Amino acid sequence: MAVQKLTIAKALNDSLRKALETDPKVLIMGEDVGKLGGVFRITDGLQKDFGEERVIDTPLAESGIVGTAIGLALRGYRPVVEIQFDGFVFPAYDQIVTQLAKMHARSLGKIKMPVVIRIPYAGGIGAVEHHSESPETLFAHVPGLKVVSPSNASDAYWMLQQAILSDDPVIFFEPKRRYWDKGEVDVDAIPDALHAARVARAGTDLTLAAYGPMVKVCLEAAAAAAEEGKSVEVVDLRSMSPIDFDGLQASVERTRRLVIVHEAPVFLGVGSEIAARITERCFYHLEAPVLRVGGFHAPYPPARLEDEYLPGLDRVLDAVDRSLAY
Amino acid sequence: MTVESTAARKPRRSSGTKRAAGADSARKTAVATAQPHDAEPQLVQLLTPEGERVESADSAQFAPFVADITTEDLRGLYRDMVLTRRFDGEATALQRQGELGLWASLLGQEAAQIGSGRALRDDDYVFPTYREHGVAWCRGVDPTNLLGMFRGVNHGGWDPNTNNFHLYTIVIGSQTLHATGYAMGVAKDGADSAVIAYFGDGASSQGDVAEAFTFSAVYNSPVVFFCQNNQWAISEPTERQMRVPLYQRAQGFGFPGVRVDGNDVLACLAVTRWALERARNGEGPTLVEAFTYRMGAHTTSDDPTKYRRDEETAAWEAKDPILRLKAHLLATGGADEAFFAQLEEESETLGKRVREVVRAMPDPDTMAIFENVYADGHALVDEERAQFAAYLASFEGGE
Ligand SMILES: Cc1ncc(C[n+]2csc(CCOP(=O)(O)OP(=O)(O)O)c2C)c(N)n1
Repeated sequence: MAVQKLTIAKALNDSLRKALETDPKVLIMGEDVGKLGGVFRITDGLQKDFGEERVIDTPLAESGIVGTAIGLALRGYRPVVEIQFDGFVFPAYDQIVTQLAKMHARSLGKIKMPVVIRIPYAGGIGAVEHHSESPETLFAHVPGLKVVSPSNASDAYWMLQQAILSDDPVIFFEPKRRYWDKGEVDVDAIPDALHAARVARAGTDLTLAAYGPMVKVCLEAAAAAAEEGKSVEVVDLRSMSPIDFDGLQASVERTRRLVIVHEAPVFLGVGSEIAARITERCFYHLEAPVLRVGGFHAPYPPARLEDEYLPGLDRVLDAVDRSLAY
Repeated sequence: MTVESTAARKPRRSSGTKRAAGADSARKTAVATAQPHDAEPQLVQLLTPEGERVESADSAQFAPFVADITTEDLRGLYRDMVLTRRFDGEATALQRQGELGLWASLLGQEAAQIGSGRALRDDDYVFPTYREHGVAWCRGVDPTNLLGMFRGVNHGGWDPNTNNFHLYTIVIGSQTLHATGYAMGVAKDGADSAVIAYFGDGASSQGDVAEAFTFSAVYNSPVVFFCQNNQWAISEPTERQMRVPLYQRAQGFGFPGVRVDGNDVLACLAVTRWALERARNGEGPTLVEAFTYRMGAHTTSDDPTKYRRDEETAAWEAKDPILRLKAHLLATGGADEAFFAQLEEESETLGKRVREVVRAMPDPDTMAIFENVYADGHALVDEERAQFAAYLASFEGGE
């Protein structure tokens, strides 16, 4: 049966399985990805079926994981590496930024770097320090990297396939608090392009733009706003590098108002870039300044505070009201 | 030939662990290992600074690896070193003349590079740092290709897969992981090629190098770590990087380490061949420490007189890798004056070509900024390219 109801976690697992089946050059690497199947079980059962040579438990060394993945890619492999948690990507940041991102350009196009770096990211699971961060801006800012985040099971399945097929390095952010959300996955469908934004809910009064874990919050906000007679459109950006500005612009030209929502700190975040670009592109269409809702310029707080820290329904609706008040 | 025993034997000798003597002597041992450079280093050597062929207990197991080397081969190694030095000298001069923005000279390290480079097979893969001009030479990379990045017209500019010679890597130590990953791939493919990673004594302090040792040991990867210990990392002596001789570090990761006279091309060839053979035989990684000296500045932008003594440099001058092979060739009748004269001519020709090619090297097209950022394209790059092109076009005829 082509359409299945799957959790995001299972969709990702199926996606990896499909990639391993389709292309013998695809490898899975990371800490605990083999026997354990990953701390979130995204790679569950893959080593059992594809062996230790394809699904590789690595030493506990993030720079080593990415650095050797680069070498494997040079040898013609397509490594999909897992960084166990967002806050642990930084030992590998050097390899990602100084090596992975630049190899294609430095070689004048002779070398391709089909490496996918999967990172369970963002908050909402009550974890300890370094387990709830949203560092997407730090990667989106780097030329040579592509950065995406699915918000639902279908995108999880398809976007991961597309990321693995891409000849560019893709940082694949998985919204860990949505791993257990279920959705329909049509494995025979023709998926949206990897970097295309998608209208997740149509509306006429205002556009809410989000990606990853915040899409669900925005859909709930739009539903709540509808009860008050406001028609809110929700755009799932899906990709933070590149950003589908054309798709977003089309929505904003219809609704004339834009609120961007993400968990990452607002300051210099993805939302800042969107606000600047949409203001340039839609100056004469806008009825209100582009507003942003997101994290504070503060370390991610202890778990007991994360409900206050994370943008929730109320903060999103507050921004919707402020925009509509202009 | 006992491979493991070499690794096991060497450290025991130089770090001497006498237990019975108690805490006092333990402290002395620590002090002694903290100053490895005051002690005479144990080196695998086959050719003395005077050009004599020698064999010691340390080098005996490696000598068979160059038993096939003929007089003609020796002349070839000599030619490689002379031409590499000439190319390097020409590049230094071109930097002084403003044709290159920077140059990292290999002066003094020719034997380490030619010896190891000539040990390689075509299907082996090399991951250099930024000073491996001699290795590039052995790989058949046109030396003028190395100059683009130092002139500032590209970041590499050669196709790494043409000669199995990866791009130069500026970030210290990064490439040791790429080499390890590549070697993991070689093993997966069931191929019997080997991979060699070059790095410096300073680089050995980097975490990436330790991680490369870890990964290669754990996966038993066919990689040779070839460290040219040229005694200095810009202004920092090796004492600032390590407290035990570098080659001994391998032992802690579970693979052998060997220190070779880095100014002895024959010993470098022998030891690298041995290490490559281990790799091909599925015996895993090896660390080779080529004990050598950087005769010139770190790069053309530093001033070694600020941090090192002339006596030190002079002492190393007496161990020059080219002079010792020349002495050997002369003493054994392996080459005559005609050979040296012809080589001198060849050097001149090479120098002239390098000068001409560099001076004629065109600046890249402005729009190259937007080329190859991504393999599959990127909307933002496309947008910015179009905007910038329009901006540039707005000047046309406007002045
Ligand atoms: C990660 C990093 N830190 C610092 C530098 C600046 N730097 C360039 S070369 C160098 C010294 C390297 O010494 P060594 O590894 O011994 O190699 P050598 O140049 O002597 O061959 C330094 C500090 C760098 N390129 N990369």
